[in-house]
Amino acid sequence: MDILLIINGEERQVAVQVGETLLEALRRLGYVGVKHGCEDGSCGVCAVLLDGQVIHACILLAVQAEGHAITTIEGIGTYDQPHPLQTSFVKTGAVQCGYCTPAMILTAKALLDENPHPTEAEVREALSGVLCRCTGYFKPVEAILRLAQGGG
Amino acid sequence: MSHPYNDPDQMLKMSEHPDGLSPEEMRVVGKRVPRLDAMKLVLGKPAYTDDFTPPGVLHGKILHSPHAHARIKRIDVSKARALPGVRAVLTWQDITPVRFTTAGQSHPLPSPLDTLVLDSKVRFVGDRVAAVAADTPEIAEQALVLIEVEYELLPPIIEIEDALKPDAPIIHDEKDCTGFKGVFQPRRNLAAHFSAEAGDLEKGYAEAYRVFEGEYRVPQVQHVALEPHVCLTWLDEDNRLVIRSSTQVPFHVRRILAPVLNIPDKRIRVIKPRIGGGFGGKQEIVIEDICAYLTLITNRPVRMEYSREEEFIAARSRHPQILHFKTGVRRDGTISAMTLSLFATTGAYGGHSLTVQGNTGSKALALYRCPNLRFEMDVVYTNRPPAGAMRGYGAPQGLFALEVHMDEIAAELGMDPVEFRRKNWVQVGDVFALAEALGEGRKGFPNPLRSTGLAECVAEGTRRIGWERRCDPNWHIVPGKPHVRRGLGMAALIHGSGIPGIDMGGAYLKMNDDASFNLMFGATDLGTGADTVLAQIAAEVLGCRAEDVIVYAADTDLTPFDKGAYASSTTFVSGGAVKKAAEKVAVMIKNVASRMLETPPETLRLEDGCVISTNGESVTLREVALESLHVVDQHQIQAAESHMSLMYAPPFAVQFAEVEVDTQTGEVRVKRLVFGIDCGQPINPDGVEGQIDGGMSMSLGYGLSEEMLFSEDGRLLNGNLRDYHVFRSDEMPAIERFIVPARDPSGPFGAKAAAEIPTDGVAPAIINAIYDATGVRLRQIPATPERVWSALKEKG
Repeated sequence: MDILLIINGEERQVAVQVGETLLEALRRLGYVGVKHGCEDGSCGVCAVLLDGQVIHACILLAVQAEGHAITTIEGIGTYDQPHPLQTSFVKTGAVQCGYCTPAMILTAKALLDENPHPTEAEVREALSGVLCRCTGYFKPVEAILRLAQGGG
Repeated sequence: MSHPYNDPDQMLKMSEHPDGLSPEEMRVVGKRVPRLDAMKLVLGKPAYTDDFTPPGVLHGKILHSPHAHARIKRIDVSKARALPGVRAVLTWQDITPVRFTTAGQSHPLPSPLDTLVLDSKVRFVGDRVAAVAADTPEIAEQALVLIEVEYELLPPIIEIEDALKPDAPIIHDEKDCTGFKGVFQPRRNLAAHFSAEAGDLEKGYAEAYRVFEGEYRVPQVQHVALEPHVCLTWLDEDNRLVIRSSTQVPFHVRRILAPVLNIPDKRIRVIKPRIGGGFGGKQEIVIEDICAYLTLITNRPVRMEYSREEEFIAARSRHPQILHFKTGVRRDGTISAMTLSLFATTGAYGGHSLTVQGNTGSKALALYRCPNLRFEMDVVYTNRPPAGAMRGYGAPQGLFALEVHMDEIAAELGMDPVEFRRKNWVQVGDVFALAEALGEGRKGFPNPLRSTGLAECVAEGTRRIGWERRCDPNWHIVPGKPHVRRGLGMAALIHGSGIPGIDMGGAYLKMNDDASFNLMFGATDLGTGADTVLAQIAAEVLGCRAEDVIVYAADTDLTPFDKGAYASSTTFVSGGAVKKAAEKVAVMIKNVASRMLETPPETLRLEDGCVISTNGESVTLREVALESLHVVDQHQIQAAESHMSLMYAPPFAVQFAEVEVDTQTGEVRVKRLVFGIDCGQPINPDGVEGQIDGGMSMSLGYGLSEEMLFSEDGRLLNGNLRDYHVFRSDEMPAIERFIVPARDPSGPFGAKAAAEIPTDGVAPAIINAIYDATGVRLRQIPATPERVWSALKEKG
């Protein structure tokens, strides 16, 4: 069936399968910054923003996103104009394998949009939905705090 | 001519890096250079295996066994084949039966050849029964359901202790599996049996004032790389098979798969794109073989990706072990004899069984000076998912047991745990007595230790953690919480830097018009930052910036050989190759500049993008590049080099932990972790810290929460990320880490490894801290609330 998805500000008429998840649909459409790590919302690497809120694209059907504004990692920065969070992650050494990084950055963006000066505990809580096996979360938390405290 | 390995001078020559640079003189090495590959990843650019989809791709799926041990009596795939959109269905009847090992290691393979792409027998819940390629993943799934299988159930072995019983079923009863003589005894369910001895055990124990014994148990755990195993195969325009895979070992994949697929190596190209974490789980051919088979049968591109459940039941894991230490201690507190008896299971297939467990011995017996050593190991087959390589490669098991054992001895002797260790740990000049016997399936190289920063690491660590608080009874009590006890624990650690005499890496470097450089190597950055580290090594030699080095890796067609990313070898071994190639290129640059500046090359140095003479005259690297490519005596400035090392250059580290134990619930909360590492010269301190952070987190899970649990019939009970607990960001303790660079002459710029050693220490440090807090000694991990609570109860 055809549905309307608003992806990174662009309205797209998209043909989706009935059981297709938003993760599958986004990746099929070329938004490969959205990653697959599990199928039950427990690892969080498929996080995207739906109307500014973090959701796990692997447990949302594409049809459920109809008419909503979806933000993927591709939508928040470019080589010429990276998002400050993207720059801060690079500068802080917060990227290792990078597989969970888009989810972490989008999660952090949702947090900072709501709460520009979070405490470390608030950052840690926000990131708790994204599993990372490389960084122990230390440098990603540092990258977010550095930016929030104006040092990014 | 004498064999070079028998000539100490030649051994040194081939293993050393006389760089002549002091840390103060270095401009790129030792600096926090941002990852060269980070920007594309934070922008979400297509970089990983599954980020490119060739047109006409088919989707491959595997039918996994629901039984732990069974023979396939009948398999009917006619309904599956008849389903529209199904392009191939494979069973054991469609496969040329070539036994191989999925373990990606150097030739000759030290793991038994006990695996078929598809077999008529299944040996664990999750083992392969059949494979399907179809137009969509959904059709492939439907086809799996339509496959009819009749099994003859066989009794399974799930517990390690049951495998050697006289009436135990034989898991590998086939006639065509092979392995090292004496080591591999499949009729006894032994994937690997080995023992080695040095010195005089009897004399050693006779010298002892007291002899201590302890038995320790460590669980089977999972890598949980966030990117599952994923592979894409296709036939190119020359009818060559291209395997694009998230693999740590592209060259081993090519060599091992060629006979399995019955095509020559030269018809296979393996490309390693960006990897989303490996931790050893991708030092293994988990799906490449079946994916390639499906492509060869269908002539179509095939994509295969594991689900998270498949990762748990049908990928690889860390070997669970039962370790028994027997240690003799003299009256002065020095160790006189030590025996480690190891009992482990490799699960249903024997990949890495000899070498992981061998490494348990070669790390756990190498940290303390002792001339009289014995190591014995039995690695048995069971009907569990196979174990394999996992970050640390046997050392987390061995160092857990060793460091808890050391703590027990110190307590029995009434000594401070730090003091007891200090009395015994290895010193510069020491030769590990079992080095020759434990050479990863062949003869090893007994060379003296030439650098250690362990003493400094421990001194600084004790200061940072506040070790003296251990002696204060009041500190152990938490005000207002009478049921909570505080404690401090520590573990000293040793690891390796590559495998001496086996690991080899190659590198190729060429200079471009604009004085940028292409650097190509077979080493595989799996998220560790290796690409950046190797670029920094080249840049330091070439007097340019790291971002002027364009890295491409790894591709069996285009890059030199590298054994791959394992054994903490990339910086030490592959970095050695990059340094040598860069030094050759630097000589060529100086020769061109010498003519341009009319000054002898010996008077020139490379710095800040220029070639500078001692008299102050200079040309830019760009001018040299243009001169060499376009003006006079035109030639490509380029070099290819390779490196291997025979030297013993272990990194050292110390792990401290501060815990709070709730004596009512058994819950252990880790409040603080302090880690000090001697990794020699850190090439990139951000990278070293990143390795420490991730390694400690993994070891934290090993110590407290992670354990694959099986039912009696071999089903994994917690094969998902809800029930199998990996620590999350809001559960992490505070951490501190520091680097003590005891530079080693055999590493590039004095570097040793940093990748695996951080995975070795949190588990034993926590267990020792629990003892300090409560007086209860756990000898099994993970220290779940239930285990801690029961132990507290038992103590009363």
